[in-house]
Amino acid sequence: MIAKVAHLAMPSVHYLAIAPILALLGGSLILMFVTAMTRARVSAVVATSVTVVTAVSAFALSFFQWRDVSIHGSTTTMAHAIALDGFGVLASAAITLGVALTALVAHDWAHRAHVVGAEFHILVLASASGAMMMVQANDLIVIFLGLEILSIGLYVLVAFDRHRSGSAEAALKYFLLGGFASAIFIYGVALTYGGAGSTNLSSIAYFLAHNFILQPGVLVAGLGLMLVGFAFKVAAVPFHVWSPDVYEGAPSPVTGYMASIVKVGAFAAVLRVVFGALTTQSESWRPLVWGLVVLSTLVGAAVALVQRNIKRLLAYSSISQAGFMLLGLWSASPSGVAGTLYYVVTYLPVVIATFAVVTLVGGEGETSHDLDHYRGLARRQPLLGVALAVLLLSQAGAPFTTGFFAKFAVITSAVDGGGSWLAVIAMVAAAIGGFFYVRLVLSLYSDDEGAGVRVAVPRLTGAVIAIGSVSAVLFGVWPGPIANLAHHAYLLLP
Amino acid sequence: MHTSLWLTLLLLIPLVAAALIIGLRASDHLARVIGITAATLELALTVVVALAYRGSHAIGSGSTTVFDFTYRKVLAPSLGVAYDVGVDGISLFLLALTALVILLALVGANESRRTPAFVAWLLVLMTATIGAFATRDMLSFFLFFELTLIPSYFLIAGWGGAQRAAAALKFFVYTLFGSGFLLVGMVYIAVRHQHVFGGDLTFAMSALQQTPLSSGVATWIMIGFLVAFGIKSPIFPLHTWSPLAYAEAPIAGSMVLSALLAKLGTYGLIRFAVGLLPQSLDNVRPFVLTLAVIGILYGSALAAVSKELKRVVAYSSMAQVGFIVLGIFAGSQIATSGAVLLMFNHGVITAGLFLLIGGIERRRGTSTISALSGLQGPAPVLAALFTVVMLASIGLPGLSGFVSELLVLLGSFNAHPWWAVIATTGVIFAALYLLYAYQRVFHGEATGENASIPDATTAERWVLAPIIVLVVVLGVYPAPLLNKINPSTHAIVAHSTPQGVNR
Repeated sequence: MIAKVAHLAMPSVHYLAIAPILALLGGSLILMFVTAMTRARVSAVVATSVTVVTAVSAFALSFFQWRDVSIHGSTTTMAHAIALDGFGVLASAAITLGVALTALVAHDWAHRAHVVGAEFHILVLASASGAMMMVQANDLIVIFLGLEILSIGLYVLVAFDRHRSGSAEAALKYFLLGGFASAIFIYGVALTYGGAGSTNLSSIAYFLAHNFILQPGVLVAGLGLMLVGFAFKVAAVPFHVWSPDVYEGAPSPVTGYMASIVKVGAFAAVLRVVFGALTTQSESWRPLVWGLVVLSTLVGAAVALVQRNIKRLLAYSSISQAGFMLLGLWSASPSGVAGTLYYVVTYLPVVIATFAVVTLVGGEGETSHDLDHYRGLARRQPLLGVALAVLLLSQAGAPFTTGFFAKFAVITSAVDGGGSWLAVIAMVAAAIGGFFYVRLVLSLYSDDEGAGVRVAVPRLTGAVIAIGSVSAVLFGVWPGPIANLAHHAYLLLP
Repeated sequence: MHTSLWLTLLLLIPLVAAALIIGLRASDHLARVIGITAATLELALTVVVALAYRGSHAIGSGSTTVFDFTYRKVLAPSLGVAYDVGVDGISLFLLALTALVILLALVGANESRRTPAFVAWLLVLMTATIGAFATRDMLSFFLFFELTLIPSYFLIAGWGGAQRAAAALKFFVYTLFGSGFLLVGMVYIAVRHQHVFGGDLTFAMSALQQTPLSSGVATWIMIGFLVAFGIKSPIFPLHTWSPLAYAEAPIAGSMVLSALLAKLGTYGLIRFAVGLLPQSLDNVRPFVLTLAVIGILYGSALAAVSKELKRVVAYSSMAQVGFIVLGIFAGSQIATSGAVLLMFNHGVITAGLFLLIGGIERRRGTSTISALSGLQGPAPVLAALFTVVMLASIGLPGLSGFVSELLVLLGSFNAHPWWAVIATTGVIFAALYLLYAYQRVFHGEATGENASIPDATTAERWVLAPIIVLVVVLGVYPAPLLNKINPSTHAIVAHSTPQGVNR
């Protein structure tokens, strides 16, 4: 498949397909422009409002996209580099939701942490547009582009708390290791190009479906390296070592943003590449993913048991969650894709709200992250305590929360894909995980107050916490709508 | 067929009451009033449901439906999630038992610390337990089965004894660990069903029952189910969490654990292990029967040497669960009916025993046997009440325990005589350890503080009255229950062990 380049022509653009990406970039540009043109600092209210309005309009655009997909089916645009399919629409909608929630939490945080200006919001919008690019990419180069836009924004966001050395240290660590991961990923892209003759996912899938590769070494190596790159981004064991440090060092709203949006972007991309384009090579990548699942679920849950710092605990918990999300990929089936998509989409509001609570309890200068600071929280502040309990129980996979159905969906797809034993291992990990979540929940209700103090709950952050916990219960009792959306959110490929 | 609204009400009333208590920030008194009202209403409704229940009595073809009050609405087709309710003869009386035990716990074993939260958790537990019993969908069952963990965990950890945190965690982790196997096994059957028959994923029991499984696969799933339900019941050797949890839990917690949650385990064994996996029964039966018999003997032996009354009852429960499991796996309709009846009777009796122990604890501040003696002197009525409930537990003819144990032993003797013979010795042991404990606590010289304890109060007498009535009436005349239980156990046995229908 060698394209004949007769003359340089602009590819046709279906603007609806990239409208949400453009919206986020546009919002970011507006803020940048305003910052540059006004003499005074942009007020926080303006920055937050622009971000939220941008995110909400991008969210609204996804309704039009969804309608377009249901009428015309999945399509590609921009020389087949961008896909418009149900999967991408749902995942981007989730990202816009994440941006809006993060902006609200960050608004209150910035006020307390004396962070002024619109830079934070500019970076959030820009990096989220990278995540959306990954979600809709139909070309390895676009995925890389998205990954870099996402990551570079995040490196800066992690370092945003300039008063705290931990923040800069985390950023440096994340930057160095992230740089390595990107390099490994792009090397994998190069090898895949060598093995399959294209960087376009559709072309790769087409090529592999119509040709039998006698010596797939180069392709398998490329595939493996790309998988390593993704595994780094989602912090799957054994590529997770950066995450507890970075989660701990980053400002808490940024940690919530990382834990949610990076996962949506990276999982969407990994599903497109590994399951979508390289589905014929599943014999090569399924054992690798199997290993990632087993290690991530078990190590994440087991190491979380001994953590004393809430952010490190949540980092390990998120590693374990990533293992579950990979379970859907391992299944290599449409129901697995739906399961992983359901998982990341429902996990997003929950994890952002959890870190919103962490932001509040952590206090000025992020000094109160010890588990002792959470003792008796629900006694001091019943509503905040109940909300955090619900959020934690949802992550533990308690019944009648979205977390349960997320785990249930990926477990079902794994069993469907012949992985009953893998499912058993994952459930054992879930039982270990249940242990530390519920222990933490119990300490919220402890009579002994520990080192905790009453914390003020600003209105916007409170709203985010409420959205997260209510969605966890509402869609846990009534999983139909999101499950059906995820089920009908078909991938362009295969 | 009756309308399913009754069951929906049963699920909603406790939840609404709990929400009221939390929402109104109810005082201790108001919380109790709301809780007791809701539980009374619930009990009344379960009695109405039990009286109105009409299972199909057409015994003969194996496929007769015996569920009543049924309703099914699929909520998420892709995940197989459905709202599904219905009761049959097996779950019918367990609903009433749930309402009764929680009501008695609220009235008789109330906690004075943080009463509103205590009442609310008990009410949530009521919905969870009723939800698990009153469904024909395995995923629904699983959700409610898991949900019971959260309130019971908080009840133990919030109101328990000195080692409550350890007890609660041990209980939680053991059970959660078992549930993993249950979930995967259940999903396997459903996925297999979807592969064979097509359509959406479904967890309806009637559908899962049709799933063709090889005996090898069924055995693996059965082992998973046995682990999950065996931990909850508890069956030897998965019982190690239970003595600590029973002893450290508040009285209401012990009542709920032994009278209700243990029944969830044995109920799961009948409904899902035996009901869904008949292919595996031949492989696992000798193994399970042996474990059941070991449980009877081992529980009895430990009960005999326990130094604390709650532990005596905890181990005696383990022995009783051994009888129930023996009845369930004997492959005999008589034994299965006996097991179902025993589930109800044991629930009532053990709730009574824990209430009485709670009474002793309140008076003396301890339930350690060596600290108690001669209580009969200052408290003759208390002693009399204890005697009746204990004798029922021993299986004295004329009291409720006897009928059910007799049916279990009779049925299993027909099918598997050797296990039945050994199990019968458990009845003697029960007499031994309970009478021995009774003798040490109530007989002899009342020394020190023991001499001055007050006798049973009017309130205590009223709380125990329904238990005494049930124990006596069902001991003499169990037919009303058995008539409704039999068609359902017939259906299960006819499906799982056809030759067991006539024995």
